[in-house]
Amino acid sequence: MSDKTQHNKYWQENLKIIVPLMVVWFVVSFGCGIIFVDELNNIRLGGYKLGFWFAQQGSIYCFVLLIYIYTKQMAKLDKKYSLDDDNQ
Amino acid sequence: MELQTLTYLVVGFTFAVYIGIAIWARAGSTSEFYVAGGGVNPVANGMATAADWMSAASFISMAGLIAFLGYGGSVFLMGWTGGYVLLALLLAPYLRKFGKFTVPEFIGDRFYSRTARIVAVLCLILASVTYVIGQMKGVGVAFSRFLEVQYEVGLLIGMAIVFVYAVLGGMKGITYTQIAQYCVLIMAYTIPAIFISLNLTGNPFPQLGLGSTMAGTDTFLLDKLDQMVVELGFDQYTTSARLSHLNMFAYTMSLMIGTAGLPHVIIRFFTVPKVSDARRSAGWALIFIAILYTTAPAVAGMARLNLMNTIEPSPGNYLAYDERPTWFSNWEQTGLLKYEDKNGDGLIQYSADNNTNEMVKIDRDIMVLANPEIARLPNWVIALVAAGGLAAALSTAAGLLLAISSAISHDLLKGILKPDISEKQELNASRVAMAGAIGVAGYLGFNPPDFAAGTVAIAFGLAASSIFPALMMGIFSKRVNKQGAVAGMIVGITVTLLYVFQHLGIMFIPGTSFLGGLEPNWFLGIEPNAFGAIGAIVNFAVAIGVSQFTEEPPKHVRDLVENIRIPSGASEAVGH
Repeated sequence: MSDKTQHNKYWQENLKIIVPLMVVWFVVSFGCGIIFVDELNNIRLGGYKLGFWFAQQGSIYCFVLLIYIYTKQMAKLDKKYSLDDDNQ
Repeated sequence: MELQTLTYLVVGFTFAVYIGIAIWARAGSTSEFYVAGGGVNPVANGMATAADWMSAASFISMAGLIAFLGYGGSVFLMGWTGGYVLLALLLAPYLRKFGKFTVPEFIGDRFYSRTARIVAVLCLILASVTYVIGQMKGVGVAFSRFLEVQYEVGLLIGMAIVFVYAVLGGMKGITYTQIAQYCVLIMAYTIPAIFISLNLTGNPFPQLGLGSTMAGTDTFLLDKLDQMVVELGFDQYTTSARLSHLNMFAYTMSLMIGTAGLPHVIIRFFTVPKVSDARRSAGWALIFIAILYTTAPAVAGMARLNLMNTIEPSPGNYLAYDERPTWFSNWEQTGLLKYEDKNGDGLIQYSADNNTNEMVKIDRDIMVLANPEIARLPNWVIALVAAGGLAAALSTAAGLLLAISSAISHDLLKGILKPDISEKQELNASRVAMAGAIGVAGYLGFNPPDFAAGTVAIAFGLAASSIFPALMMGIFSKRVNKQGAVAGMIVGITVTLLYVFQHLGIMFIPGTSFLGGLEPNWFLGIEPNAFGAIGAIVNFAVAIGVSQFTEEPPKHVRDLVENIRIPSGASEAVGH
């Protein structure tokens, strides 16, 4: 297979990693923290109302986790296509 | 030891450290000056990014804003952290692969156009200068309170220090200084928070303390807070939205994409050796940032509670003005706290009703700075907070000034006006540019348009509506061409600026707003600070639309896009 088609496949897989992570990014912040905040506030997490917790705590923890997962998956993908810098 | 002496000692010591590092790591080449030679460890870069990122607005203003806005303040928490997800997933790795010095350089190459590069430089300068005003204000506030000088004098001292520091350092010096500044500011932020959380709830983790019960009772802290603010006539703390949910949505989005589009943050990712390092570095940066950002809501809630408890120790039992604590009179001297005895009883009544409220001014910026005093923490903690506030303001100011000066010297001078100047001349030019930028920022700091976080929010709107869309389309689309990108940037930032100006005054000069600051005139009820998200949508739409009707980008540009999408080979680009 040529370099070019390999690179295209790599890019497609890259997008497949990014899109679901972006969906989660949207749901935990805009979804849980703003759009559905009133509904979630009926549930409690200790002293926190759940919607309020997502807006001021939970979304941030999720963001950290998202980047962690992204880094791991991309490292795997780079290796699969031998595109990591160490192989050059 | 007396607080004053202690503060001078702690602040003086940290300044000595910064200057020491700046001298030790002086930049000798343009590569070192712009991107620290491209050899910074990703964890170290993450820490430097965190300091670069967390400004006076994060350190001083944010918790104060949340303390008075409650749930509505969440826009800052989500907006200023969520942007890192965009940065890590959508921009940083690809821009690192591109491997040059500045953001306008990428835009100029990808859109094969000098015009695009110049427009990007203008957008960058507009956003960064607006941002720097907030830092200057933060420096002025911190100095005036802790070193007991006038706000104006404080501002001048701040300008002088930033001057020495930014001109000497370059990116290499700035990077290592920012690491030291991160350590100072994160200690200064978390130590008082831990003390206060322990005092109020018995839990040493502020993040958990905010969700715990008050020490010795079984009432949850947040329930107590809700009950107290409602009794004073304010909206409930945990549910009071900022204007509307739509406005909060737009505001959060604006801050997120603004974060990802701010050049001083993006250029930090040019300093690591590899593409995978850029990804990891963004993750580390967010971890270091999250330590402060998850602590901030606890600081906010607890500070509000402590403030109300001081003024009204038990319902109906008000504090007498003559018996006010020292911090109260100290802050009165700075003019940031004002009391007016409206009913002449000598007691301090605080309420949401303007007719009876006697705390006529509580500047939000003082909440974090006064917090340790309000909670009666030891003097060394107070001194540390002063040093932390200054570290936050200085580190961000230095990063911004570098972005501004490199745009002027590298993009405008070397890239467009005089391509044949030597490296040494370029280095000198960037130092002159930096001095000019400090002057402009200082002037605007003397006439601040809004409190620190307000000014900063507009900078985000500008970056969100101009730079972020151009970068993202430059990477993810091969079809968007120079006409599209240029039109998109110009229309996006113009729409945002006009919206801000028409409500807040042209260049924020009072009386020049042609539609008035009135809420009924707001588009869909969206406040000017939050309008960057709309500007960004306009930018995307215009750029894609115009590109459809004009010719496809040339082959070498499409090849460039394919090349930056592949991570390997980034280290070779460093030596350009």
